[in-house]
Amino acid sequence: MNITEKILAKASNKSVVRPGEIVDANVDMVMVHDLTGPLAIEAFKRIGVNRVWDKQKIVIILDHQVPAESVKAAELHKMLRAFAREQKIRIYDVGRGGICHQVMPEKGHVLPGTVILGADSHTCTYGAFGAFATGIGSTEAAAVFATGKIWLKVPEAIKINVTGQFQKYVAPKDLILHIIGLLSVDGATYKSVEFAGPTIRAMSIAGRMTLCNMTVEMGAKNGIIEPDETTRKFLEGRVSKPLPPFEPLKSDADAEYEKVVDIDVSDLTPQVACPPSVDNVKPASEMSNVQVDQAFIGSCTNGRIEDLRVAAEILKGRKIKEGVRTLVIPASQEVYLQALHEGLIEIFTEAGAMVCGSTCGPCLGGHIGLLAAGETCVSTSNRNFIGRMGSTEAKVYLASPATVAASAITGRITDPRELEGNKA
Amino acid sequence: MKVTGKAVKFENNIDTDVILPGKYLVLTDPRELAKHAMEGLDPAFPEKAKTGVIVIGGRNFGCGSSREQAPLALKYAGVRCVLAESFARIFFRNAINIGLPISECKGIASNVEDGDELVVDLEAGIVENLTKKRSLQVTKLPPFILEILADGGLIENLRRRLKTK
Repeated sequence: MNITEKILAKASNKSVVRPGEIVDANVDMVMVHDLTGPLAIEAFKRIGVNRVWDKQKIVIILDHQVPAESVKAAELHKMLRAFAREQKIRIYDVGRGGICHQVMPEKGHVLPGTVILGADSHTCTYGAFGAFATGIGSTEAAAVFATGKIWLKVPEAIKINVTGQFQKYVAPKDLILHIIGLLSVDGATYKSVEFAGPTIRAMSIAGRMTLCNMTVEMGAKNGIIEPDETTRKFLEGRVSKPLPPFEPLKSDADAEYEKVVDIDVSDLTPQVACPPSVDNVKPASEMSNVQVDQAFIGSCTNGRIEDLRVAAEILKGRKIKEGVRTLVIPASQEVYLQALHEGLIEIFTEAGAMVCGSTCGPCLGGHIGLLAAGETCVSTSNRNFIGRMGSTEAKVYLASPATVAASAITGRITDPRELEGNKA
Repeated sequence: MKVTGKAVKFENNIDTDVILPGKYLVLTDPRELAKHAMEGLDPAFPEKAKTGVIVIGGRNFGCGSSREQAPLALKYAGVRCVLAESFARIFFRNAINIGLPISECKGIASNVEDGDELVVDLEAGIVENLTKKRSLQVTKLPPFILEILADGGLIENLRRRLKTK
């Protein structure tokens, strides 16, 4: 079996599972946020049970519309706080957490080998820690609140074997955009995407999270990476339980995959996903005719300290082009504080960027940094759909933090290696 | 479970941001959500759907976010069933969980045009195009999913199952 099959077998008390089989899995953790939680709570109240199945296994995180951007949002937040209080559920409120997919592992809610559900499509991010993690809707979350169980179809798996060393200013974001370009936006629908190979072993947790985060953009049920020493180092001191042995969380040598894709990143260049589809991927160097009005560095895809460091390295001592507005949004309070300690906030501010408090912000067009008709944003986030960041007549280009920072300086989409002073 | 209605057809890769734009996610009343169904592509959709329609999609219908507000908006706008070549998995589960009939149907995009009169029988796994006088196979859903749909959604199904325990 591969690692996903092993986790699902254990969760459903079976020795073996096969792709296509439907299992009734025990859930280890479920998360809802401020845009999916209210519907989940309403649905939960209709079930007719008084208490959630396990208050230790539910987490509520306010991140999409924070701080409350309207009275309506404030009312929803109030409802979530009341439910958390009533059920004694952990809630990460404004100023206490940040973007759900950053907060979950940071605060120790993600353990390798567990089944984690989240009422958010980017829940697949936690596969970076060797967990089976997938997105669900609000009603399903409500049912899990009541029962602690979910039916799941064991997915077919695609293995992506990555070798080679990234060039300077080429990042895991460029790799995942390249992969989505290769496989297409429905190339992994219903499937598990497992990343393996020496490049993955050498990759930081932040990079692994970026890869797994965007597997849903090709339709995947989950993205996953076998846990290792890098995983252990990140989680130690964060989790309250002892870490499980990682040995059973390795795919067998004879594990079956529907497809194996080999990728050497040595020649990979900075990539851009052009609107309105995440698989419309082109080299950044070919997009220099695209003028940008807004640059956004943040989101659950690329708002981590490693992302902010590379953006700051590029913005340090430079000024953002007149006419470009740049938003930097750390993925969590922890990331914000670290960026503050390292002097990154100062660098961004001096360059002419606006640093906002941790929120999903412009990524989903809920609030902060929306686009008007005819405007263009180059963004480190994960979706470039029509209307995603505001007007249906605005355009969103997806790229790495380095590419977005370089583009903010020139005012057009720029390969960070081409920036004056960065050239080898 | 037979569903009838006129077809309203969409392309491949219809994402949840066009089905229900993010700015409306603070709305919780499904009737309010319904007013914005498919607003990203066709603001006139709620008017068209009023009398009860069947949405036909191409590949990867419902890709993107996990927002259940997307199928909810469709259901309350008057959509009786969604058939497509393939679906994004969260949208598919969400539709079932809120009691909106849904299934895959290979060849549907090339065999149905906007306005065709359709009859869908999910139990039998068949869709009849009355306008074009032809029928197609619909992927049969497992019995437990048909039960959820028959109950009107996952919560109603769970209530019934918890009672009979």
